[in-house]
Amino acid sequence: MTDMHNALKRPVSRRDVLRLAAGLGVSFSLPALDLRAAAQRGSERPRSVIILWMAGGPSQLETWDPHPGTKYGGPTKAIDTTVPGLQIADLFPRMAEQMHHLSVIRSLVSKEGDHERGTYFVQTGYRPDPTVVHPAMGAVLANRLQDPELEIPQHVSLASGDGFVVPRGGYLGDQWDAFRIFDPGRNIRNMQPRVGEKRQQRRLQNLDVVTSAFRRGRARAVEQTLHEDVVERALLMMSSEQLKAFQIDEEPQEIVEGYGDSRFGRGCLVARRLVEQGVRSIQVVLQGFDTHANNFDGHRTQAEILDPAFAALMQDLVERDLLDSTVVLCVGEFGRTPQINPLDGRDHWPLGFSCVLGGGGLRSGLVIGETSPEDQVRDRTLKPADPVEIPDLYATILARMGVDGDEEINTPIGRPIAICEGTPIASLLEEA
Amino acid sequence: MKPAHIITPLLVAMGVGALSAMAVRNPILLDVPAASIPSDLETTVAGVNDWFAERWTLDGVEPAGMADDLTILRRLSLSLHGTIPSLEEIRRFEADDRPDRLEQWTAAMLDDPRFADYFAERLARAFVGVGQGQFIIFRRDRFNAWLGRQLKDDVPYDEIVRAMITGQGIWTSKGEVNFVTAAIANDEFDPNKLTARTVRAFLGQRMDCAQCHDHPFDDWTQAQFEGLTAHYVPVGRSLVGVEDADRFAFTLPAEFLEDLKGTDVSDRLRGEFRENDYSIRARAELMPLVDGELWVLLDGDESDEEELQPQYAIHLDNGELKVSTRQQVYIVDDTRYDEVRVVPPAVPFHPEWLGEEGTPRQRLAEWVTHPENRRFERAIVNRVWGLMFGRPFALDRPVDDLPDPDDPVTAESLALLDMLGEDFRQHDYSIKRLVQVIAASRPFRLASDVQSAGEAELEDLERSWAVFPLVRLRPEQVIGAMLQAASVKTIDRNSHLFVRFLRFAREQGFVDEFGDPGENELSDRVGTIPQALLRMNGQLASELTEPNPFGSVGRISALASSPEATLDACYLVCLTRRPTEPEREHFLPQLGTQREGQAVQDLFWALFNSPEFSWNH
Repeated sequence: MTDMHNALKRPVSRRDVLRLAAGLGVSFSLPALDLRAAAQRGSERPRSVIILWMAGGPSQLETWDPHPGTKYGGPTKAIDTTVPGLQIADLFPRMAEQMHHLSVIRSLVSKEGDHERGTYFVQTGYRPDPTVVHPAMGAVLANRLQDPELEIPQHVSLASGDGFVVPRGGYLGDQWDAFRIFDPGRNIRNMQPRVGEKRQQRRLQNLDVVTSAFRRGRARAVEQTLHEDVVERALLMMSSEQLKAFQIDEEPQEIVEGYGDSRFGRGCLVARRLVEQGVRSIQVVLQGFDTHANNFDGHRTQAEILDPAFAALMQDLVERDLLDSTVVLCVGEFGRTPQINPLDGRDHWPLGFSCVLGGGGLRSGLVIGETSPEDQVRDRTLKPADPVEIPDLYATILARMGVDGDEEINTPIGRPIAICEGTPIASLLEEA
Repeated sequence: MKPAHIITPLLVAMGVGALSAMAVRNPILLDVPAASIPSDLETTVAGVNDWFAERWTLDGVEPAGMADDLTILRRLSLSLHGTIPSLEEIRRFEADDRPDRLEQWTAAMLDDPRFADYFAERLARAFVGVGQGQFIIFRRDRFNAWLGRQLKDDVPYDEIVRAMITGQGIWTSKGEVNFVTAAIANDEFDPNKLTARTVRAFLGQRMDCAQCHDHPFDDWTQAQFEGLTAHYVPVGRSLVGVEDADRFAFTLPAEFLEDLKGTDVSDRLRGEFRENDYSIRARAELMPLVDGELWVLLDGDESDEEELQPQYAIHLDNGELKVSTRQQVYIVDDTRYDEVRVVPPAVPFHPEWLGEEGTPRQRLAEWVTHPENRRFERAIVNRVWGLMFGRPFALDRPVDDLPDPDDPVTAESLALLDMLGEDFRQHDYSIKRLVQVIAASRPFRLASDVQSAGEAELEDLERSWAVFPLVRLRPEQVIGAMLQAASVKTIDRNSHLFVRFLRFAREQGFVDEFGDPGENELSDRVGTIPQALLRMNGQLASELTEPNPFGSVGRISALASSPEATLDACYLVCLTRRPTEPEREHFLPQLGTQREGQAVQDLFWALFNSPEFSWNH
């Protein structure tokens, strides 16, 4: 059992240098460290995870689990992919070329059919509990696999909106909340000092004087607030060369276009750049899957954004030899009902939905689970074949990332909680 | 153009200038607040202080020295008004030479509408949560306004709680009803949510996990949870708002006992239901729960494919067969154990505290607020203590999860809760008085700095409340403090509407970007990098320190008589204190130069970003 507070108090590298620098009025723009994680390639690299978050709950039938020509299949057709025998919805022609890098799980099951609760469950692997907030899996990975060389946040949410979709640090602490970027590749908020270099230096000196006065008689207490630490890390980030990972101006035009001109597309490109920089956990959000009406038009529009971005991301990761060290997971809070409602929509369905995952040494080309929409509609207690619980999904990813999911963390409410309650899915961990 | 057109604005501008000049310059006598201090406050506070003195001796700790009055004024202002004192208030406070000025000011601050507004918002988090709730049906603003009025009028807290538990009517006109409607989601009323909230918020007990299984550590059982929930089950909504359903829908003639023998629903029984406007389907079934006494009738709704669910309970009650719907009595369909239960309203302990008559909710309200229910007073004392100090009195546990009052292990360490609770009860459950007692007690007046305290020592001191803890300000306190610091005059209900609107609009945006701590607001938290970036580089912080003639930055530099006066004013307006000697030495050379405006701005920037600004101390 680990005490989370010790992890928090671990000194941040360069911190003392910076404190000294602040005290002496030395510039914060220290020479950039070329510690781009991309300097290492292949499976030797530290691992990262990219979660493509399909907010609203995508329809399994219009994505990775089409059932054309059946009672509930709708107008969606199926196309062959690079994995023999695996067919996906015809809305994803470019992804069809990438499926050999990925595996499909068609039998995710959950009991949460509400957006907020479902999101919580699928992001954390725990059902909502009013007494404790569990950390999102991205926060857990960032916390467990801290990289002291990183000057930008280890946990980033791209194209995120407000609200419950932002992955939280939960009981690990607010500092593990994902760092939000609303419009990836465009300007980042609050990153530029408001005044010139000289005045900024004077401000920092002033701050040091005011802080010293407060610290008198409170040295320990002030240290425990981590206030200075946080300010220093913010300053470090402001002046860091690594911030460039958030920009896409230097990317060739054809690459940018390949991802598609959307917030999500740019988010996927920035995600790749963040992986190169060594950022541990990245979420890229695509909103708009809650198709209670016009499900099929809705999914067509979504696919026009998702297909190029996801495919370009996969291709890029492969070409740059980053895929072996990067787990990619595409999932939403639940799936959608097989039944098509009178508005030509599909409603919430947590009883058998799909996700796609691969990279990071996970076995690819597998299809796990099988749904039988007609039977399940008839009897809701039926589960899909080989059902996969969300915690099992995370246990698998944690295992690949080298994190012990059984480890218990002592939470602020005094109850030790295991990082993950699931059991890894053996077939995904086997060597091909 | 008439001369008046030129002179009037000029006069106004001069008047404003003169007023703020008075505030910025040296102490001048303005009104000191007049309010009443309860006569027996001293005795109670002395008792509390004795308790702590004894505890400190037992724990072998030497408490920190006393904080100076301005620091205590800042604490009071932050916890009661959600902002820091204005320069105007500081000047008035310093000019007040009454020996009991802190008690006087506490009383006056409690009578200020800002207290009612702010405390209502803080308490509302515990009572209705932080979620937006279901649109239209839940009106948080109405709830807060109602609660604010109760606090302003110092309505006894037990009455406030009973009003929430029993609220009936329309949620827009009767704010308290939103306590109930907050439990509506997806158009469905969830009585379990209200049970969990009632027990947590009013009794300081977390029973939530007993909703699904017996509590692993405490003695709470699922049966107890369900018994409590049964009180809330009859809550229904209609055109007249929230109301309670009757216990029974209708009575079956006694001869229908015959029809309850098997599992099939006879035509006669179906007909009788139809007579009473309840239609049951052909595939409905009967299920006996207690032989010859209690049955449920299973029926399906909507589609034929759905499984049958228990919809009605039939009781044999004094020789009469009473039929109740699932909106009237609590029928639990426990799929986990494949069991159906009909649960009557019940409480986990002291059933004699339940009200004698009234609806189940009214009886429950009596039980919760019963004078002998120590959990009730302990819970609110612990919470109000938490709102004042930033940490609940019972450290190391959630503010709403106290041990059993009879638990011998904690009886001694938490005896203060009982002491304050008793005083609270004996004084009409007055929240204002409770705040006054806590604010006048020694721990609230202790300094937060202790020379040469090591890590272990500091921990011991904090554990015994022998030092004032450093606690991070909440987002709205940070923004409130920033806005207040940027204005010389007090921002309150007397402020210009525009200023208040500005405060509201900015607060919303800032809090959203800063991140709201939600319901678990009294747990330890550290700041985040985005928050630091927002303070350092955000637009708002920059705008507030622009040297314009209406903000304090502009006014202070324009009106202060000397660099020393400017420096003092900046420190007072941001940190509610004067600069130390080293600070004077550092800043004075920067001021009094040609670029004083910039220097003041840079000073403000440092003050805003200092830990002292963001942490209550």
